[in-house]
Amino acid sequence: MSEQAVVSLRNVTKSFGAGGVTELQSIDLDVRPGEFVSLIGPSGCGKSTLLRVVGDLVEPSSGEVIVNGKSARQARRDRDYGIVFQDAVLYDWRTVEKNIALPLELLGWDKGRQTERVRELLELVELQGFGSHRPWQLSGGMQQRVSIARALSFAPALLLMDEPFGALDEMTRERLNSELLRIWQASGSTVIFVTHSISEAVFLSTRTVVMSRRPGRIAAIVDVDLAQPRNADTREEPRFFELVTEVRDRLREGGLDEESTAPGEGELVVSEETP
Amino acid sequence: MAYAASATARPPLLDRERTRNAAASVGLFLAVLIALWALWEGFKAFGESTGLRLGQFEANDRTMPHIHDIVSTLFEPSRRNGPLLIDVLWDAALFTAKEAAVGFTLGALIGFVLGALLAHFVLLQRGFLPYIVASQTIPILAVAPMVVVWVNPRLPPGLKDWGAVAVISAYLTFFPVAINTLRGLTSVDPRALELMRSYAAGSWKVLWKLRVPAALPFIFAALKIAAPASVVGAIIGELPASIQNGLGGAILNFNQYYVTAPTRLWATNLIAALLGISFFLVVLLAERLAVRRAPEHVA
Repeated sequence: MSEQAVVSLRNVTKSFGAGGVTELQSIDLDVRPGEFVSLIGPSGCGKSTLLRVVGDLVEPSSGEVIVNGKSARQARRDRDYGIVFQDAVLYDWRTVEKNIALPLELLGWDKGRQTERVRELLELVELQGFGSHRPWQLSGGMQQRVSIARALSFAPALLLMDEPFGALDEMTRERLNSELLRIWQASGSTVIFVTHSISEAVFLSTRTVVMSRRPGRIAAIVDVDLAQPRNADTREEPRFFELVTEVRDRLREGGLDEESTAPGEGELVVSEETP
Repeated sequence: MAYAASATARPPLLDRERTRNAAASVGLFLAVLIALWALWEGFKAFGESTGLRLGQFEANDRTMPHIHDIVSTLFEPSRRNGPLLIDVLWDAALFTAKEAAVGFTLGALIGFVLGALLAHFVLLQRGFLPYIVASQTIPILAVAPMVVVWVNPRLPPGLKDWGAVAVISAYLTFFPVAINTLRGLTSVDPRALELMRSYAAGSWKVLWKLRVPAALPFIFAALKIAAPASVVGAIIGELPASIQNGLGGAILNFNQYYVTAPTRLWATNLIAALLGISFFLVVLLAERLAVRRAPEHVA
């Protein structure tokens, strides 16, 4: 491996209760610096749980999780990642500015530096002039942009996103997709992005990880070789449709054997251990 | 919380609208006041003219003095060649207000700290919550004399007597605050907590940056109950403490002369009610200033 992985998962399994449901089974995945990796799969496949395992918000039952060359717990304590949830999770007693500054306050930045950084971020997510608004005065899409600005505020190397645009309408979602790509390229951070939208996964990612139905396993990994920077025209390219079809096929294969553990299924697993 | 659901930006109220809203609430207040006055005087007039009795109750100037008589008593001497009743009651109200204010502050602080401790230590909550609830099932009239006996000898001269009354007032205040603080601190959105965890925030930071702001509407709901209750506690506390300078003393005094001068007791009750209401309004004002939440979170 030429570059050290930002996130490295080895044989990660998560089950609930003694002998209970297995949500994640034998997950092996490496995410390299600067990658944009999407996790896609049917609901209940454990993709959100996998994201939380990386963020040390959920502890795996077994396996190894290395983030930035250290344990996931240490990485969380060192504030190595920013996270964006499906809901914006803004604190409604704080203004937009104060919400973005929350992590900076916790990190003990001085006021002047906070103000300067918040100004930059409002510009980045194109919300200049909304700094002193209350969250509930903004639309859903604007709230989510505030949430992204908050996650980026302390410039973490890794951004974890859990279906951030899932609750938004299609138009807003596509616009925010393009914005996110711009932000990703500007910030140079690594992104792990959970979604259940195939076109969103293909449009955004450099790699799409297809997960199978419970117990969640990696069914396939599709390299998305669309040229950067991508824009609205990217969605019209024949290659885009080919990739969407490929991801859809992989999803279908992964989802077919809902209950069984057919031996043939293992063939779909593309291991990432030997690049 | 107000996340994606409330999607549309709301325009701020115009000044004109705000003035109209204020005028409407003042008008409503006056209308209700007049209606209550009419109800009282109407019932009294009806009872007096028909001689109708409700059980033992007979409407007359002793049982139901005219409202205007009650109000005008305030501006008559409280005794022959004495000061006006309103001056006597004003001084008494200030004295009781001091007891209640100290009791309220003490009780609110104890209630908050207790609620925070119970929220933080589940074992403490299981062990102590039943006793905290039990403390409120004991009638305040039974507790008050004991508090006076226990607390008074330990108080410095400046706090003598009225300090004990403040403690009794605090006894009525702390309970709703403790219960609602506990409830508010523990009903935080789990995703908001997950966010704090992602920042590796310690529990002290989580308390002050997330739990307390999120619990403020709960805490203020309790403070609004506790504020008038602290006045009631102070008035009741004055009785076993044999304090003459407060509204409790005034009530006891005018109660003895009720047969000859019923309006004085009624006037005292009126002042006591106004004191309780002003305590409530102060808390309401503090809430307006302190709680800045999405509209659906403001009680």
